[in-house]
Amino acid sequence: MSATATAPRRRPRPPRGATGSPLLLGHGRTPRVLAGTALAVLAAIWLLPFVWAVATSLQSDQDVATPGLSPLKGALTLGSYEQILERGNVALWAFNSFLVAGLVTLLTVVVSTLAAYGFARGTFRGRRALLAVTVAAIMVPPQLLVVPLFKQMLLFDLVDTYAAVILPQVVAPMMVFILKRFFESIPRELEDAARIDGASELRVFTSIVLPLSRPIVAAVAIFVFIGAWNNFMWPFIVTNDPSLMTLPVGLATVKDAYGIQYAQSMASALLAALPLIAVFLLFQRRIVNSVATTGLGGA
Amino acid sequence: MTTTAPIGADADLPAGAPSPGAGDARPPRREDRHRPGTGLLFVLPFLIVFALFLVWPVVHGLWMSFTDTSLAIRDTTFVGFDNYAEAFGDPDVWSSLGNTAVFTLISCVPLVLVALAMALLVHSGLAGQWVWRLAFFAPYLLPVTVVTLIWTWLYQPDLGLGNQLLTTLGLEPVGWLSDEAVTMWAVAALTVWWTVGFNFLLYLSALQSLPSTYDEAAALDGAGAWRRLWSVTLPQLRRTTVLVAMLQILASLKVFDQIYILTKGGPNGSTRPILEYVYDVGFTGYRLGYASAVSYLFFALVIIVSVAQLRFFRKED
Repeated sequence: MSATATAPRRRPRPPRGATGSPLLLGHGRTPRVLAGTALAVLAAIWLLPFVWAVATSLQSDQDVATPGLSPLKGALTLGSYEQILERGNVALWAFNSFLVAGLVTLLTVVVSTLAAYGFARGTFRGRRALLAVTVAAIMVPPQLLVVPLFKQMLLFDLVDTYAAVILPQVVAPMMVFILKRFFESIPRELEDAARIDGASELRVFTSIVLPLSRPIVAAVAIFVFIGAWNNFMWPFIVTNDPSLMTLPVGLATVKDAYGIQYAQSMASALLAALPLIAVFLLFQRRIVNSVATTGLGGA
Repeated sequence: MTTTAPIGADADLPAGAPSPGAGDARPPRREDRHRPGTGLLFVLPFLIVFALFLVWPVVHGLWMSFTDTSLAIRDTTFVGFDNYAEAFGDPDVWSSLGNTAVFTLISCVPLVLVALAMALLVHSGLAGQWVWRLAFFAPYLLPVTVVTLIWTWLYQPDLGLGNQLLTTLGLEPVGWLSDEAVTMWAVAALTVWWTVGFNFLLYLSALQSLPSTYDEAAALDGAGAWRRLWSVTLPQLRRTTVLVAMLQILASLKVFDQIYILTKGGPNGSTRPILEYVYDVGFTGYRLGYASAVSYLFFALVIIVSVAQLRFFRKED
């Protein structure tokens, strides 16, 4: 990639890869090959654990126990997957994860967009003070709350319920702040037109503000969903009943119980990974854009 | 209300323009178009969950830290600063804080640098954008247990990929999860693999929004690729780097999940982070009051680190 003085006048567009900077690599062949190699090596390192896990999950436990670098030591089999699905818990945990992450996302989006609109356009007394407290709360690490929250759940008699897993995750000051900033950037004139027409504030919110905010709301929803799907510490602490566990928590108990059966561990890991990989493939562009629009995720 | 857009042009109607519908006497002046108090109802649902599940636990936890609250016994008494005094003299607090610091150090540096390298390489315009993006970002989407399951297998002493690669190369196998000198590095490697994708995306989106004019001007002046990277692109990425580094340090300080599942803090407590100590004391040792005190000490430390970071990076600007 070293600097052979380039002849910069004619600057041909790079043949492929629309988003890249055409200048970064110059026009020489060498930097292109070097960069390509580095990229391929990095990607290979990042994909290797997946490949190794997939290969392991497709073998019998005896074959897994044979030493050797080849990822496939014996005949391919779906036996591990069958055993896991027969045991039933993984499907149940996946259902719990979808239920929990889905409800957390729905509630968080509703509560946070409403609050953000109230903070952005509201005139009620104490608005500034409440907003300041909300922004300050962004600093509070959720881990700090685990001990008192658990005590609170004991008090409300909510330990081992969906409500206990879901409700505390609905508080997302960061998301309120991100949404509020976006709502403030919407020209007031658009809303005023509706207000003069006699629309209620709720109507202004649902038929003007929300439709204009679809990308940011989607971004928030995606981050909240990923965060809730992957959350470990809180669901781990507040659920003991295996039938209420989410995937991350349930799998951790499996790891302790069946840690030695690697074929099955890998199969259950990959089953648990599938939904979010699918989500990513579907929403790839949107996820990348969300990082850009929000500046940071909440996950 | 479907015809709002055309009316937008009339937004400056003189005061007193009739407001159709609703029948409520809305003051139509531009400055004060809301009734006083408008918006409180919108904020109310959030305020309720916020008060219940954030403010209350923060306050209650602080109070608990001055008591001997226990999971096992109902009665609690106020003990003043006893918990805090005990925490300062508790070697486990210091060692787990040390572990947290070591983890933060050895995870943050690669998490910033590798993410930057990935983003620069992907941004350079080589073919196959979505494949690279998927390869680097996909691990971030995995639940922590999945990640640790996969890496427990990679770190398996005899059959794991790590040691099989080492022995194939003629090297000694390593006790990835049993050798005190190695385990924290093994945890950091897992963490980099798992979470670098998020920083990578932050860098990538920053790169894509950079204006190309400076780069082009430098190229016209005959600056080579390295030179432009060093003197144009990297300085333009400064703000992103500050953001990524600050977020990463705060995230790494709060490490718990992957360590708890992978090593339970072992071997010999050598990887136990402060948050796992809080968990152990509170939920295994039943001492919620003391656990609260330790977590508030830790929170104070996090605030100090954040303020220090803000000052440091602002001074640099």
